Amino acid sequence: MRRRVIPGFGLALGTTVLYLAAIVLLPLSALLLKASGIGLSQLIDILSSPRTLSAIRVTVTMAFAATMFNAVYGLLLAWALARYDFPGKRLLDGLVDVPFALPTAVAGLALTALFAKNGWFGRPLEAIGIPVAYTPLGIAIAMAFTSIPFVVRTVQPVIEDLGSDVEEAGRSLGASDLQILRRVIFPAIFPAFLAGCSLAFARSLGEFGAVIFIAGNQPMRTEIVALLTFIRLEEYNYQGAAAIATVMLLMAFVMLVITNSVQAWHLRYLARGED
Amino acid sequence: MRRFLFALAVSLAPLPAAQAQTPNTLLNVSYDIARELYVEINAAFAKSWKAKTGQDVTINQSHNGSSRQARAILEGLEADVVTFNQVTDVQVLYDKGKLIAADWQKRLPNNSSPYYSLPAFLVRAGNPKNIKDWDDLVKPGVQVIFPNPKTSGNARYTYLAAYAYAKAKYGSDDKADEFVKKLFANVPVFDTGGRAATTTFVERQTGDVLITFEAETNAIRDLAGKDKYQVVVPSQSLLAEFPVTVVDKYADKHGTRALATAYLEFLYSPEGQTVLARQYNRVNDKTIAAQFKDRFPDVKLVTVEEAFGGWDRVNREHLDAGAKLDRLFAARQN
Repeated sequence: MRRRVIPGFGLALGTTVLYLAAIVLLPLSALLLKASGIGLSQLIDILSSPRTLSAIRVTVTMAFAATMFNAVYGLLLAWALARYDFPGKRLLDGLVDVPFALPTAVAGLALTALFAKNGWFGRPLEAIGIPVAYTPLGIAIAMAFTSIPFVVRTVQPVIEDLGSDVEEAGRSLGASDLQILRRVIFPAIFPAFLAGCSLAFARSLGEFGAVIFIAGNQPMRTEIVALLTFIRLEEYNYQGAAAIATVMLLMAFVMLVITNSVQAWHLRYLARGED
Repeated sequence: MRRFLFALAVSLAPLPAAQAQTPNTLLNVSYDIARELYVEINAAFAKSWKAKTGQDVTINQSHNGSSRQARAILEGLEADVVTFNQVTDVQVLYDKGKLIAADWQKRLPNNSSPYYSLPAFLVRAGNPKNIKDWDDLVKPGVQVIFPNPKTSGNARYTYLAAYAYAKAKYGSDDKADEFVKKLFANVPVFDTGGRAATTTFVERQTGDVLITFEAETNAIRDLAGKDKYQVVVPSQSLLAEFPVTVVDKYADKHGTRALATAYLEFLYSPEGQTVLARQYNRVNDKTIAAQFKDRFPDVKLVTVEEAFGGWDRVNREHLDAGAKLDRLFAARQN
């Protein structure tokens, strides 16, 4: 067996499992344990109440809208960063990561100040009849802000790896620009793009800090699932909170499984390309 | 997502015990908008304690939504005293954790509430929408700002005050339900706490009227300028108690019971009552109340006991998950 840089399979795996168990699994099992205290019928009652359903609907549709926006815009951004050289590129490249580093509550406050009806963006938008702050649109904007790096950062390296020689090859074989985009470039970046989008979607589902400031938090209208969980906690209703949180956990888990399968598919795709 | 769940799970698990404090330090865990009040109280108390005993004391403050603070204590935050804005948030320390005595409300005068206040209105200068009383808040086109009653003790009083007003004036629960539905329909934003609602009203310039404790309405007006805002006290409102108590378990553990008790008793002293009244809280001390009479317009105050039959019933019938507040929220008119 070839010598590994990090010693010992046993030690490495042991550390990994211990870490995952203590940091990820333990809190999650505490959550599930709380939720398991309630009976099935009560669980269904909690989850099928109009308030919960509405919160889930608002969260999922706005996360979807934010992801759609990021899909288009993030792809363009990744393309521009990977393929062109221009002054200030490093700065722009760094700016993409800001939503990762910024406390989301700060982002929420800043976005609210911008989009409130006396804000820089809010005032003109309000004038043409598009209120943003305290509407579902505001939720989508906050989610788009916090999840854009996921799309850019998953697609960008793939575009960089792709190299412009494949485009030139296509062109020399007589393909039009559109054909090159459709038949050469897009298939190569598609799995990474899909993975980035589903990560962005998962993040949007769970976003709390940025959203609550701009959402208006009106039950049945602009209340998100994370806030509803929080509200149940404020009522000392631990089990209700845990039940709703479990649904979020499931949604996130499904999204992450999808992401991982897409990425696995992508790796197989790349491997095939190398044959 | 993962981060939120992690934080949630951690907050559900018991926190490790904080380090034991030296006996000349107290931790006062309090509600969101009392920061400035207790800065002043603590300075006055430290001075008076030093004069009396020669000991220097430090009072640490922790502020946040009152229910959240109570939960933090249940989960291990070692508060020596609590100063909250709602009886239920103190009561839960007995109900869920046995951290305080069952009869805590009898330990100090006025149900252990050294001061009281009421939900009042803050309107923009000149009162353009002519808001005088609760009825003006349910008119079409009036935007009302107050936090979410589910996450803010402050807003629970607002909800209950509006409900009690409507029930007294229009005579039935159904009419009161309609009234509150209309009120909710006029609220464009439900922030999670009193301070956030203040920001929405003052900084974002959203809404025609802010409903919060009288003390906060006056503080904002003083801070932002009398030419920008004015305070409107409605004809009837709800008595808001600000209960305080020593958290027995932790005070005993830290050996701070005597200091903690003295600290709370100081709130009832003429000096403490003066600070409270100066910060626009209504006080029971007759002499001090008379001195600050101009600050506090007459208002008919009903108590939770009279209007709703006590906090237990309020929780059961109005505030619990799936109870009236949830139903009115869900069914409010658009």
